[in-house]
Amino acid sequence: MFDKLDQIFVTALHWLVSFVPEAWRSLASSLICIAFILSVFPAVFSVTTIFERKGIGRIQNRYGPNRVGIPFTKIRLAGFGQFIPDGVKMLTKEDIVPRAADKIVHFLAPVVMLIPVLLAYAVLPFGRNMTVTDYDAGLLFFFAVGGAVELSVFMAGWSSRNKYSLLGAMRAIAQMVSYEIPLILSAVTVVMVVGSLNLNAIIAHQNQYTFGIAHWFVFTPWGLVGFILFFIASLAESNRTPFDLPEAESEIIAGYFTEYSGFKFALFFLGEYLGMFAIIGLGITLFLGGWTSPVSFLTWIPSYVWFFTKLMAIVFVFIWIRATLPRLRMDQLMNFAWKFMLPLALINILVAGLWHYMAADWQRWLVCSTIIFGAYVILGRGLMHNQKLGKRIYRYAE
Amino acid sequence: MSIFFILTAIVTLFAAASAMSLRNLVHCALALAVSFTGIAALYLQLDAQFVGFAEILVYVGAIAILIVFAILLTRSGEAPENSVLTSGWMAGIAISAMVFTLLGWAVLNSSAIPKENPPAPVATVKNVGDALMTKFVLPLEIIGLVLTAAMIGAVIIALKESSKSETAGRES
Amino acid sequence: MLGEQIIKGMAVTARNFFGSYVSKERLTTVQYPEEHLAQKENTRQFPFLVYDGDDWEKGLRCVACQICEKECPPKCIYIVKSKDKKPDYKGQPQIYPLTFDIDISVCMSCQICVEVCPFESIKMDTKFELSTDDRFGGLLLTKDKLAKSNTYYQKMHPQDAAESDAVIAGEKAKAEAKAKAAAEAKLKADAEAKAKAAAAAATVPIAAPAPTPPPPPAK
Repeated sequence: MFDKLDQIFVTALHWLVSFVPEAWRSLASSLICIAFILSVFPAVFSVTTIFERKGIGRIQNRYGPNRVGIPFTKIRLAGFGQFIPDGVKMLTKEDIVPRAADKIVHFLAPVVMLIPVLLAYAVLPFGRNMTVTDYDAGLLFFFAVGGAVELSVFMAGWSSRNKYSLLGAMRAIAQMVSYEIPLILSAVTVVMVVGSLNLNAIIAHQNQYTFGIAHWFVFTPWGLVGFILFFIASLAESNRTPFDLPEAESEIIAGYFTEYSGFKFALFFLGEYLGMFAIIGLGITLFLGGWTSPVSFLTWIPSYVWFFTKLMAIVFVFIWIRATLPRLRMDQLMNFAWKFMLPLALINILVAGLWHYMAADWQRWLVCSTIIFGAYVILGRGLMHNQKLGKRIYRYAE
Repeated sequence: MSIFFILTAIVTLFAAASAMSLRNLVHCALALAVSFTGIAALYLQLDAQFVGFAEILVYVGAIAILIVFAILLTRSGEAPENSVLTSGWMAGIAISAMVFTLLGWAVLNSSAIPKENPPAPVATVKNVGDALMTKFVLPLEIIGLVLTAAMIGAVIIALKESSKSETAGRES
Repeated sequence: MLGEQIIKGMAVTARNFFGSYVSKERLTTVQYPEEHLAQKENTRQFPFLVYDGDDWEKGLRCVACQICEKECPPKCIYIVKSKDKKPDYKGQPQIYPLTFDIDISVCMSCQICVEVCPFESIKMDTKFELSTDDRFGGLLLTKDKLAKSNTYYQKMHPQDAAESDAVIAGEKAKAEAKAKAAAEAKLKADAEAKAKAAAAAATVPIAAPAPTPPPPPAK
């Protein structure tokens, strides 16, 4: 029974496709998968915006939105209908293009932003047998399409003919290029241990249980460090606090989408959140066992439930961090990427190699943990070494 | 030749031609990025996954950004006044056509090319990785060393002017 | 060690997050249309007219002296005097406002009308939810909308209301005392010598001048 529930979407897909003539089946199947991604993840996005506003509200001891429910009824749903008026407002607003803007590039930028982000979902496994394309080089595909986002950011910033847009784009690209390296290097450890770039193979490697606990990579020393590095880098890649310099409201208005309004702004907003979900989904797949259950007695829960639960849990941590940490300064951002995360990621690769070749006993744990912890302490000291912490002196504000 | 090949080829060639002929340098750079993407699509159609993805990751994700930054940081966005074509463009076309003919003749008559189609080689990402780590590990390491040296050199050059531009060499 | 302070900060925010669900005292905001914050004693919004007793038309303190209309800086008050007279709280016949309009879209809440009013009849209200879909009529408050009972005022601004009540009571007491004195004097004058009638006659005009001569007839 639970198996059927687990495979309900796969069965539904096969059932739907069986109505289509033989020659068109693969096309129909792709179209249905595309429709699935295009409907599910924007829905998750709309719910996340409410979660974010309510969560940050609660952290700041406010209620957050709690009025709007189902339109034209008295049902309030604790404010979870808020995204409907928000969406209607966003889509019906006037679309303003600056007179000096480069019209074509300005128009193309949000589209170019959304396409690679949506493409990234093609290889993510949402559940057991629920990968749109089970690609051999899935991880490489994911990172390759992710690289194209930077170009759209540049297009948006440059074509707006606004200094804040351009500053935001420069910051965003510098940040994305810098943090892509620790992101990829932390993912490399998993590839080394599994020996495959296929995301389903990576999950299959983690889908084993000893003493009822799953073999998730996050439960190993290198996996934990890799996950934390991946997590921080994905925060930076999705431009979220404390790495929200590209759209720092208090400094450069809204960064590269200052000059966007209405539908195009909504596309950027959507693209940003979908990119965040995609990268979190990848992090879950690499380190948190994808759709697998953490303990063996909970394996009856459908796989996609596990995936989306983990997704929302990490999204919640993102929101929590957003409500906690202040924004980094540009030099702190770069120092952190190049002087702390990059060396730690390289050491982590070394440790993953050691882990792979040492015998599976307690010595392996001890050696790997010591190296990682020592590196962490030393690099952390080095990073904090030149920091002049203390009372801030304002030179011009007297 | 499938319809997909024809479409990607047209897009790639058109983007490459635009990259040469557009007036605004940033537009040229963006057209170049489109043509990189088209080339990557062509690689993927040939089942060369690693090259295809590396093309997108490196060329679209890094090189195009580098070019765009170079344009932004070195000159204003105004389009130049003079014509796209130089005065000797007729001669240029004639010479390039002659070179193309010569090269084509040479390649087609080369004895290194087998007359029959060879069986398609299997070049999955895994095979490429295995080859790089076993057979070609020395060239790979040497390239890595050279790139590191170039990066350090770039950092040192940047350091002389100001001590802050430690990120200048990251694209190399 | 690196990251220690981040963990501490995260703990603080987590405590706030869960605390906001547990204790209501933590929440700094109220659910506005349903709940209201208690207003400060000094809250002032727009003027209103005080009346005594139950019937607002009868008990209106305003005597249409038009001082407020003249003093109002943005000229948002409009008064039309009555031609007949009505007895006021002291029992004296007074003219009263036929029309008393305040355009609160013009009013700047300066409270000068309150300061200049000699009859304790115009005071400041604390009502602020005055939004309306009628831009002109909805913001023009006529006499019936402006009239509010003294008990309302006492509830709203207890201190000021007590002061103004004391003033009114004092006036009333003075008037009564004078009336009494006048009556006694009259009795005495009637009963006793005619010489004292001059003194009694002197006091009556003092009590009497309050009712101003009737306004000139409309042209």
